[in-house]
Amino acid sequence: MNFGVIITALLVLLLLGYFIGRKRSVTLSKERSQKLHSLPQYYGYLIAFWSSVPALFILLFWAALESSFITSAIVTQLPMHLQQLSVDEIGLFINEIINLSNSALIVEDEVKRQAVSRYNELIEFSASIKSAVVFILAFVSMFVALSFIKPEMKARNLVERLIRWAMIGCASIAVLTTIGIIFSVIFESIIFFKTVNVFDFLFGTHWSPQEAIREDQIGGSGSFGALPLFVGTLLISFIALVIAVPLGLMSAIYLSEYSSPGFRSFAKPVLEMLAGIPTVVYGFFAALTVAPFIRDLGESLNLSLSSESALAAGIVMGVMIIPFVSSLSDDVISAVPQSMCDGSYAMGATKSETIKQVIIPAALPGIVSGVLLAASRAIGETMIVVMAAGLSANLTFNPLEAVTTVTVQMVTLLTGDQEFDSAKTLAAFALGLGLFLTTLVLNIISLYVVRKYREQYE
Amino acid sequence: MNKNTTEIIKLKLAKRYAKEKRFKLYGISAIAVSIAFLLSLLINISVTGLPAFQQTYINIEVDIDSKLLKLDSQYSEQELFRANYSKVVKQSLKAMFPGVKGRKQKRALRQLVSKSAIYQLRDFVIDNPSVIDTKQSLWFLARDDVDVFMKGGIDRSLPESDRRLKDFQLVWVDKLLSENRLEKRFNVSFFTEDDSREPEQAGIKGAMIGSLLTMLVTMLLSFPIGVSTAIYLEEFAPKNNKWVDLIEININNLAAVPSIVFGLLGLAVFIGLFGVPRSVPLIGGLVLTLMTLPTIIITSRAALKAVPPSIREAALALGASRVQTTFHHVVPAAMPGILTGTIIGMAQALGETAPLLMIGMVAFIADVPQGITDPSTVLPVQIYLWSDSPERAFTERTSAAIMVLLGFLIVMNFLAVIMRKKFEKKW
Repeated sequence: MNFGVIITALLVLLLLGYFIGRKRSVTLSKERSQKLHSLPQYYGYLIAFWSSVPALFILLFWAALESSFITSAIVTQLPMHLQQLSVDEIGLFINEIINLSNSALIVEDEVKRQAVSRYNELIEFSASIKSAVVFILAFVSMFVALSFIKPEMKARNLVERLIRWAMIGCASIAVLTTIGIIFSVIFESIIFFKTVNVFDFLFGTHWSPQEAIREDQIGGSGSFGALPLFVGTLLISFIALVIAVPLGLMSAIYLSEYSSPGFRSFAKPVLEMLAGIPTVVYGFFAALTVAPFIRDLGESLNLSLSSESALAAGIVMGVMIIPFVSSLSDDVISAVPQSMCDGSYAMGATKSETIKQVIIPAALPGIVSGVLLAASRAIGETMIVVMAAGLSANLTFNPLEAVTTVTVQMVTLLTGDQEFDSAKTLAAFALGLGLFLTTLVLNIISLYVVRKYREQYE
Repeated sequence: MNKNTTEIIKLKLAKRYAKEKRFKLYGISAIAVSIAFLLSLLINISVTGLPAFQQTYINIEVDIDSKLLKLDSQYSEQELFRANYSKVVKQSLKAMFPGVKGRKQKRALRQLVSKSAIYQLRDFVIDNPSVIDTKQSLWFLARDDVDVFMKGGIDRSLPESDRRLKDFQLVWVDKLLSENRLEKRFNVSFFTEDDSREPEQAGIKGAMIGSLLTMLVTMLLSFPIGVSTAIYLEEFAPKNNKWVDLIEININNLAAVPSIVFGLLGLAVFIGLFGVPRSVPLIGGLVLTLMTLPTIIITSRAALKAVPPSIREAALALGASRVQTTFHHVVPAAMPGILTGTIIGMAQALGETAPLLMIGMVAFIADVPQGITDPSTVLPVQIYLWSDSPERAFTERTSAAIMVLLGFLIVMNFLAVIMRKKFEKKW
């Protein structure tokens, strides 16, 4: 029986359980002429829960582990010479078996044919056992729960406790996600750093992962020097901030201090639209329009410009992060109390002097935190640089040359079909670890700055 | 002394006012630059993309000769299906341009029409078997080069070697034009076809369905999980509890984690550990769920916070339990805000590309996905894939796909705004 059918059946059971439980509680209370402790629907909810949720968990658990069990079961039955292959080759073999069993082709090779038939048997076996276990569990828990129903049973309290636990479970997913991210990048990175020295990775100046997979290559481990990527990322992010900070800050100042309410209600959503445009659109625009434009501009000024210059990607990225700077700055600028500005005006200061000498110093922690968040956004931005920045790792601070970034290399290393634990794939995880840590530190600093230096007025 | 100070100040005044004016100007020009950039982006995309909504069709007198089709007087359905339609198309084109000589020119002649013409003719003949051994005037998709020419993308004045269409091909096109055999029509196939290597046949249906399925998974997971997290944190969580603090820190932090890192998580945990297949909407939905959860949680919490305590106190005073108060009174009152947040989160997920590249949704897929475990691609990834193709016709289609994507996003955001305006309560 397939997954969808079982799920549908369980949902039907859930509905059924609700009505049975409800009915049962009402009948019981009539029979014993005893008032129910809770409203009848709470008994229904209880039975509905027990009739399907435990079974559903078993089903999901089973589905998650099924494939690895079947794989290991097939591997142990293979002839010895196949079992001694490396992990990758066994993985490839298993994939082939799965494809063969789905394709209904006639298999020539005897070993493979046995493996295919064994795979099919196991799948069928697993499926039938799975549905049996799930349904037996569903019915047993439903009937056990039904036998517990008594009019004096505190069904509402039980249901509410279940709801509360379910909510705690949902809330904990955020923690699980972080743990998942940390573990997935750390495990692969540790394996990577076994083959490549950490310092070579952090401070090496030569990055060419494509060659490193060749075993006869001289100095294969040296080609994972990620310094050019870090420099490239910083260069592009720096250009982006040079664009975004003045534009974002000045927009925020104008909108909160000078503009009429009418203009503000038009301009603010328009600025925020910049953050809502998908990054792939920016990337396309950068590659198709901005980069050629900048190249032509450079040519007319007799500058030699790469068509994948850091400048084009940086400028477009800067425009993308304007709203991050402007809306956060806008909030903190508006939060500066009017009395402080009034004090400044009373001393004869003009509006711009008040802004420069009173409002901005007062709002500075918030502005800095907004800039840091924008920087973390720029460092982690992927699509713009994938489409508009280069692939070759040049160690340069010249914005007119092509540079590559951490995220570009992660995408190039991971798109396409390579084995899961080749050095190339692992390098992407090591880069991911660096990216995660950098943005984490930036976020923490930004939160810290806001908390520590926020002036409490009134 | 006093007069002196006033004088000094007066002397500086003009300068200070000028500074004031300049400062104001900086502000307005900052906004102007941002808006100008946005406009130039939108206009640029529209100008490039609009032609893709039209497609050139070519009219051919097709001589559906049973001899060319290699059909006897009696034929089975299978023979009809396998008959030699490509020869019929070739011969009909030759009949229209009798003077064509040489291998190269013959091939070029065949390439006036799209490869799909053969299948179109086949379907036409299978549907109406009576047309065999008759002459029919049929409209076929034109090849992308002809299409680009019709839309003004090929300049006649360029030297021949720089043009996609050579001089002799231009002569044919002119002849077709003078006979009214070339026509631009609304490009229906852009919305009803899947991805293809041939630009004139490529459409976004597969990507749209893929996006729809992925969004469905994302919605079904992130809405209940996000809303219950928000409810828990806002209404039930004990104060000064270590676990609750940890959850809050994590949510704030996840909101700022680069999206590509979520792709790594999906690759290592969902694909590597749980064996979820690659490139399917299921895994895309799972990854996007984790990515959009912080947005939904944060906006839902704000909506719940906006419900005044008096509502809760009234319910509690009438004997409702905490859970009843929350679910019968607070959540319904906060629902518009929660839904607005969810729509914004979904819009974010719809435009997301980077994490999906990590989990293999970049593969070329020419079939419409049937379910959440069929390999598929999504609209933004389709845009990314097309943007890599060198053909001019693909650039056009990329922009058109962007317009469709932006259209969806605008509709979603518009819905969110309307919902907020219409159902927002002033307490």
